[in-house]
Amino acid sequence: MSSLFYILVFPGFLFLSFFALWVEYLDRKIYARLQNRIGPPWFQPTADFIKLLAKEDLIPRDANPTFFILAPILALTAAVTAFLYIPIWGPVSLFSFTGDVIVILYLLTIPTLCFFIGGWYSTSLYCRLGAVRTVTQLFAYEVPLLMGILSPAILANTWSLSEMVSFYSQHPWYWLINLIGFVVALVAVHGKLEKTPFDIPEAETEIVAGGFTEYSGRLLAFFRLTIDIEMIVAGALLAVVFLPFGLHSGPVIGFIGFVFKVLFMVVLFSLARTVFARLRIDQMISFCWKYLVPLALLQLLINLVLKGIIKL
Amino acid sequence: MSEPEQFKIPFGPQHPALKEPESFSIALRGEKILGVDIRLGYNHRGIEKACEERTFIQDIYLIERICGICSHVHSTAYVQGVEEIAGLEVPKRALYIRSLIGELERIHSHLLWLGVAGHEIGFDTLLMYSWRDREVVMDILTLLTGNRVNYGINTIGGVRRDITPEMAKEVLTSVDKLEERTKYYIEVATQETTIINRLSGVGMLSKEDALRLGAVGPTGRASDIPRDIRKDDPYAAYAELDFNVCTDKRCDVYGRTVVRLLELMESYKIIRQILANLPEGAISVRAPRRIPAGEAVSRYEAPRGECMHYIKANGTDKPERVKVRAPTLANVQSVKQMLKDRYLADMPIVVAAIDPCFSCTDRMIEVNNLDNGESKVLDWESLHNYSIDWYKKQGIDFSRMKKREIA
Repeated sequence: MSSLFYILVFPGFLFLSFFALWVEYLDRKIYARLQNRIGPPWFQPTADFIKLLAKEDLIPRDANPTFFILAPILALTAAVTAFLYIPIWGPVSLFSFTGDVIVILYLLTIPTLCFFIGGWYSTSLYCRLGAVRTVTQLFAYEVPLLMGILSPAILANTWSLSEMVSFYSQHPWYWLINLIGFVVALVAVHGKLEKTPFDIPEAETEIVAGGFTEYSGRLLAFFRLTIDIEMIVAGALLAVVFLPFGLHSGPVIGFIGFVFKVLFMVVLFSLARTVFARLRIDQMISFCWKYLVPLALLQLLINLVLKGIIKL
Repeated sequence: MSEPEQFKIPFGPQHPALKEPESFSIALRGEKILGVDIRLGYNHRGIEKACEERTFIQDIYLIERICGICSHVHSTAYVQGVEEIAGLEVPKRALYIRSLIGELERIHSHLLWLGVAGHEIGFDTLLMYSWRDREVVMDILTLLTGNRVNYGINTIGGVRRDITPEMAKEVLTSVDKLEERTKYYIEVATQETTIINRLSGVGMLSKEDALRLGAVGPTGRASDIPRDIRKDDPYAAYAELDFNVCTDKRCDVYGRTVVRLLELMESYKIIRQILANLPEGAISVRAPRRIPAGEAVSRYEAPRGECMHYIKANGTDKPERVKVRAPTLANVQSVKQMLKDRYLADMPIVVAAIDPCFSCTDRMIEVNNLDNGESKVLDWESLHNYSIDWYKKQGIDFSRMKKREIA
């Protein structure tokens, strides 16, 4: 019964949805204020969501209805599931086990693949181009993201987030070692969340809405909620891995710390959206492989040397 | 592995990147553009024909509505042509005021373009900033003419509103503000890496191609062709004003951005000169209702390039023929050349870089039936019958109404 509460209400689906919609509002508001606009009222994302739920679902005649409907639902499920494995208010997550870092990264890849499947089976040209771009982008950011997140795990010598958290709370200043990895992962997460400058798969002026062009109504609402939840999950994951402090000081402080860390990430996302133009897909890929991957490798090397030779 | 198949993607007539309907059919292989097929003619409004049905005075206001951005361009070009036929000597003060409004319009058009260009490369902050600053010049235009667009300041033989010293003061303070902002944009455009990455090397148009395809305005000047009607064939007060023709050797979209930003600085310079040397005197002379027979070609350097009007009068109070060639028509062919071997992602910015104004350009010549490839010219009679048939299908019968006689 209590795990059902965890999954459905707090910190699962219900809390996560409201928090995600509120964070979307914050993102839009900060973005608007930085651009000298007023921005939306606080309930705007929620109102948009409810409005979309009330709208008709249109499925294109040529689309494959099974995949077209399944893609948003699967994407949302995977994003919400990933959140349950992240420690929020204490050092231990709800369903902690050895290897949960890898599982979270896997679960975070599923929405991206769902964007691809949904776009591909919509069969319209813009959707297909957007879908292909989504996957092309996946190959560029996934490697640096994985390497960036695994380096702290190597230093802590564990594949479990909870053990990583206790390792870093025993050695409170070690998180400074992982700063390069933090920057790499932060930039790569922009690719995963399809945020400017890496919002290439949904470049409005080129391919309308990319893979989402044919989506409407509830299915579109699910996709949009997925992106918001992904933003929180990715922010929370980065917070736990790279900023692992305050989790041993009781649930209240831990939870407030979690909210502030996520908000910090969101502010960074909005800032990047304000100051950068959208890159081209070829520029994005060469950037990831030319700069991000070597940086991630450097972080890995540092951590391996510290672990294997200096034996921290 | 076999060569991937090429496919065609429609870019318009309806597309988020296009503000007006126009069709670009792009042949793609992956992200690479193999060829572009441009079709004009979605926005034919029959303005030239309508001009022949109205008097010269009424036409000023109709012509002004050709374009929602460079309205002063069209009305001035038209009025200049009519004045030439009628042999009117326009007072100096009127010419200076025309130039002043023209330059303010150039500022508003270039700032608008800067924002659109930012939006096309996914840089909405630039859009929001430059459009906010554009409001300053819009307010000035409202102060001087009473309207944000379609100023209605021109009349045959001069202008309709005078400028008071208080207005001039207001204009100068705003120009100072705008100059400061423009310097900031020049700094942004020359330092922000993602902008430079997205713009430089994109949409190359060599000097030879630009000459061959007849590129005009900032598009031509960014390919190092120092062609500017204000210098080459001065009209209004430009012969007495001191300004530079901005060119650039980069030949790409980045060059076009730089040219437009530098032109803004030149416009501020021109406005200061106009206000400092504004001659005293009347602002218009009396023009006859009937314009003597004759014809004239009038040229004007619009923000987008050379705009040309041809006017033929037959001694009555209505023109016999008015022909408008908007700058976009001269530039649109160069888009094909610019997009050679580029990526789909460059398409919006390359199209936007000529600052297209499709509804000003569109003229209907013939009707193409896309289903069977037939094309035909519709005359007045068949067009009339077509409209009656169309309304009959909607349940409205117009066939018993009396037809208007057209000479």
